[in-house]
Amino acid sequence: MAKSQTKIRLFTLSTCSHCIRTKKFFKDAGIDVEFTDVDLLEGADREKAMDEVKKLNPECTFPTICIGDHVVVGFNEDRIREALEKK
Amino acid sequence: MTPEQLYDILSKYAESQGIRLNRDRDLVMGIMAGLLTNEQRYGYRSCPCRLSWGDKEKDKDIACPCVYRDPDIKEYGSCYCELYVSVEWNEGRIPHRQVPERRPKDKRRTL
Repeated sequence: MAKSQTKIRLFTLSTCSHCIRTKKFFKDAGIDVEFTDVDLLEGADREKAMDEVKKLNPECTFPTICIGDHVVVGFNEDRIREALEKK
Repeated sequence: MTPEQLYDILSKYAESQGIRLNRDRDLVMGIMAGLLTNEQRYGYRSCPCRLSWGDKEKDKDIACPCVYRDPDIKEYGSCYCELYVSVEWNEGRIPHRQVPERRPKDKRRTL
């Protein structure tokens, strides 16, 4: 599992089942993350967040999970664990 | 409408279509809440797993059940959100795979 200093960012939707499961996964694992529910943002904040999502995941789907230099798209436990191990 | 009431309605609807709601009740109740939130926000039950335009015409393909549900169930056994699933998927007789986004990129909200 990732070291506590690993920066993990989640771009999520507050209504999305996969996003909810992703947040729960990290919470249950005791790993701190910084998440942004894009659907709750407006105006410039939304634009800024979507620009980041586009850079990380050109498909613009949710959740977009950024673990250090690794990006995982969707709630895929195996890929998340793999990215955490690589870090 | 409460999430429980919506669950009852959609559960019967799914059975009438020969499919089912995901047997993971916690997951499904979260989706019910998301659908009702989107109905309040936009006036229609936009897919909770996709970023809505907030425009019924532009989102007509992702008003739940989305137009991608049937091809997704046919290919993967579940819809993109894993709300609607086949009987085989629910009973664990086919593998549960991550369903890729089928909505064309030019229709997705990217801003």
